[in-house]
Amino acid sequence: MQITSPVRPPLVTGGKTYHDVTADVCRPVESAPSKAWIAALGFALMLLGFGLYCVYRLVWDGIGMWGLNKTIGWSWDITNFVWWIGIGHAGTLISAILLLFRQKWRTSINRAAEAMTIFAVISAAMFPVLHMGRPWVGYWPLPLPNTFGSLWVNFNSPLLWDVFAISTYFTVSLVFWYLGLVPDFATIRDRATSKFRQIFYGMLSMGWDGAAKTWSRYEAVALVLAGVSAPLVLSVHTIVSMDFATSLIPGWHTTIFPPYFVSGAIFSGFAMVLTLMLITRVVFRLEDYITIEHIESMNKIIVLTGSIVGIAYISELFIAWYSGVPYESYCFLNRATGPYWWAYAMMMSCNVITPQLFWLRFVRRNIVITFILSIIVNIGMWFERFVIICTSLHRDYLPSSWAYFKPTMYDVGVYLFSFGVFFTLFFLFTKFFPVINMSELKAVLKSSSGSSNSQSNKRA
Amino acid sequence: MASGKKFLVGVFDDESVLIDAIGKIRNSGVKIFEVYTPFPVHGLDSALGYKPSNLPVAAFLFGLVGTITALTMEIGMMGFDWPMIIGGKPFIPLPDFIPITFELTVLFSALGMVFTFLIISDLNPFKLPLMFDKRSTDDKFVMAIDIESNHSRSNEETITSLLRENGASEVNSKTFE
Repeated sequence: MQITSPVRPPLVTGGKTYHDVTADVCRPVESAPSKAWIAALGFALMLLGFGLYCVYRLVWDGIGMWGLNKTIGWSWDITNFVWWIGIGHAGTLISAILLLFRQKWRTSINRAAEAMTIFAVISAAMFPVLHMGRPWVGYWPLPLPNTFGSLWVNFNSPLLWDVFAISTYFTVSLVFWYLGLVPDFATIRDRATSKFRQIFYGMLSMGWDGAAKTWSRYEAVALVLAGVSAPLVLSVHTIVSMDFATSLIPGWHTTIFPPYFVSGAIFSGFAMVLTLMLITRVVFRLEDYITIEHIESMNKIIVLTGSIVGIAYISELFIAWYSGVPYESYCFLNRATGPYWWAYAMMMSCNVITPQLFWLRFVRRNIVITFILSIIVNIGMWFERFVIICTSLHRDYLPSSWAYFKPTMYDVGVYLFSFGVFFTLFFLFTKFFPVINMSELKAVLKSSSGSSNSQSNKRA
Repeated sequence: MASGKKFLVGVFDDESVLIDAIGKIRNSGVKIFEVYTPFPVHGLDSALGYKPSNLPVAAFLFGLVGTITALTMEIGMMGFDWPMIIGGKPFIPLPDFIPITFELTVLFSALGMVFTFLIISDLNPFKLPLMFDKRSTDDKFVMAIDIESNHSRSNEETITSLLRENGASEVNSKTFE
């Protein structure tokens, strides 16, 4: 039996038994959809519909529909790409790295966070493909033989590394998530009353029976998957940052980028997990499973990674001055005081200043403040990527090519489209899949629930 | 595999009672067919005498295949098939090959291990599981004992009472067609 500190607060409140866990988590799956859920899905589909029109115009007429110009070739598109990819990182961090560190509080939130990862990666991957301008030749970055007698792709290019990193990340996350879902699908299958539900969840559960031998293998697989996912998630954002860091643009050409991007990714990802979970726990009445302790733990990670990001900003400024490189110094001075000063101010205040409130215990444990701050962090992290990408590009070496970026309706529309994709998938997930990992939660229930619903606890 | 056979199914409410019962039942010489639990119970595989899985070794080997595939592809394409000078770098710039080599190592090892797991555990979308008790995916711990294979040592009544003595809350019999 596992030993837990008696001073540590319980992870599951309300004295839940194993059967209560099953009943509470399966309830949304088994009952008719609520009005709030239908309204939410309708809103997501509306975003999707409007976004789809913008994507159609963009693909038909070309990426000139965006506000890009000759100087600023990367703007909202790549900003959105990096932002979504970053958001995805929290899911893998929760499922893999916190598993290796034996953080039991992850069990209540890992399922939803991993789902968020997968949907965020889908939203992210859309942007580079659309930015190609000709998405139907989107397979060109793959090392395939071609009509020139196999002129291969350039393996020196970080953009190509990104193709491999993101497709591997997506595949491994999807497999890890699905494997975790299999035992829970079996639970739903065995509770099912309708024939359709039995067949549907029966196929999804792949004939899972919960045999001790299978569980023993399953745990070995989960541990190794966590072991390979942990360096994988770090590598993905490292490679994304290399898209910038290996170029010669002042403001991008920085060795600090990999750790700075990874901590920024975890920072924004946890903020997004909080935003989603604070709503989910209320809508699906899961307050006993996603408790204030979980929220506080996530807030602690936010204040840690937010402070790392803050130190990275300050280091960048210091090095720009200390290196004595005029281009680098000018770039950072221009970021803070040039035409995009307002974006820089947004980034600094949302990412560095307001998250520091989480040093206060009552702020970490206040749901309303946490919710507002989590949205502020997400806004701040979007502006961070915009500042890095756009302000580094807009003043080219020759003043005659200086430009300013103004978004068009299609910049906004495609961004809304990515939200539409993300939320449609997320809402479908919350309705048809178990949002909490039941089997993992049951495994830690006894040692962490503080309840005495079992014989062994009474004896002990 | 189990068709036509008759099983005794012991249902337990608590995992620590189950672990104690497994030890005692195995000591009395009765062979346990399999135990079904709603979640991975700590210490269950050692109580049943299962050896740790070799799947991590499979993962390592698949990973090795991924590393070799990636390096062969990169070195073959850029170094031999169509060498080009890019940024004044050598034809085989090994540091540049590391990211993709790492990604493919992870991809091969994860997918290879998961598919091996699915195959050896006989899990696929069209498989119908043998459920001794449907509550074993909810909150019950279920022990199945094959009566035929224990025929020489004990009969149905002695196994039933053995299960009862060791804390089973229900003992049912189940035959698969």
